[in-house]
Amino acid sequence: MKETDLTAAGRALPRPAAELLERVAERAAGEGLVDISYGEMDSPLGPLLLAVTDRGLVRLSYTEYNPDALQDLARKLSPRIMRRPAQTDVARRQLDEYFGRRRRDFDMPVDWALIHGFGREVLRFTAAIPYGQVSTYREVAAGAGNERASRAAGNALGNNPIPIVIPCHRVLRTGGGLGGYTSGIHRKQLLLELEGATP
Amino acid sequence: MSLPPFQQLLDEHQDDVFRLLVAMVGRDDAEDCFQETFLSALRAYPGLRADSNLRAWIHTIARRKAVDALRGRRPAAVIDDHQEHLAAPGDGEAAADLWHAVQSLPEKQRLAIEYRYAIGLTSAETAALIGGSDAAVRQNTRDALRNLRTVYTDGGRA
Repeated sequence: MKETDLTAAGRALPRPAAELLERVAERAAGEGLVDISYGEMDSPLGPLLLAVTDRGLVRLSYTEYNPDALQDLARKLSPRIMRRPAQTDVARRQLDEYFGRRRRDFDMPVDWALIHGFGREVLRFTAAIPYGQVSTYREVAAGAGNERASRAAGNALGNNPIPIVIPCHRVLRTGGGLGGYTSGIHRKQLLLELEGATP
Repeated sequence: MSLPPFQQLLDEHQDDVFRLLVAMVGRDDAEDCFQETFLSALRAYPGLRADSNLRAWIHTIARRKAVDALRGRRPAAVIDDHQEHLAAPGDGEAAADLWHAVQSLPEKQRLAIEYRYAIGLTSAETAALIGGSDAAVRQNTRDALRNLRTVYTDGGRA
C-alpha cells in the first residue's frame, strides 16, 4: 500500500448522478420541505430567473441585472429554495409565447408575498393595464388611491418583483417620456416595441 | 448575513459529501445516505444560525448517516460485502477494497484519510472541519498510512 494508492482510490470515487440529485429534490418537495422552486430561461431580454411557491410565481428577475435574486428570496421569504425547473414550466411557456407575440395576457397564479402596502395597490392597478397600452405614474398613483403619490408609485414599480407578468413597463412619464426601468431602460423600450406600444 | 439558498449549499457540497459517503459505506448505501443527509439538512435548515460553518455542519450530518448505515448492517453482511469487492473485477475493485480497510482505522486516522484523500482537502482544511490542529491531522495521516500498510501486508496484498 503506497500513498499513491490512496490518491488513486480518492480519484476513483464517483460524483452523485443527476438522477440522485433529482430524487433528493422530489423527496424534499414531497415532504413539504421546499418553499421556493426555481428555473431559468433565455429571452430576448437576456436570461431570466423564475421562482414559484405553492401559490404561484413569486419572482421573475433579469439574471444579468440581478444575480443575487435567490439570496434575496432566501432572506425575505425562506432559504428552503431548490432548483426544480419543471415547476416553472407554465410560466416559461407563457413567457416564450409572449416574446413570440403569440400571447397577450398571462394566465398563471401569482404569489404577492413580496409586495406590500401601497406598492401592492400600485402593482394591482398596473396588472390591469392591457397589452399594448400605456399609463402614467400619476394615473397609477391615482388608481392606487393617492394621486399625489406618483413618486411612491414610481418606487413601487421600480421594485416590482415580477416584471413583464406585472407589466410595469407600461407605465410612462406624463407627457410620454419613457420614465425609468430598474433593470435598464433598453428592456422597457424592447417590451414596449414588442407590444407595438412605442410612445 | 443570511443563510444561502439551500440549492447553493447542495451545489457546493454534493460532490464532497457523496465521495465521502461512498468511501465510508460503499456505492449502494451511499445513495441512501446522501438522500437522508440532505433531507435532514433541509428539515433543520431554517433554524440554523446564519454564521454557522455550513460545510462542517453538512459533513457532520453525512457522517452520522453513514454511521447509522454501518450500524444497521449485520456483521456478516459487511464481510460479504467486502468479499464481493475482492471478487469483483475492474478498476473500482482495489479502490473499494482500500476504502473498506480505511473503515477499520481509529476514528481520527479514518477522518484524516477520508478528508485528505476522498475529498482532497489539505491538512489545515481537514483540521478546520473535524477539530484539532493541522499538526495533529498530519500525525494522524502518518499513523493511518502506517496502519494501512500493516493491514495490507498482513492480508498478503502489500
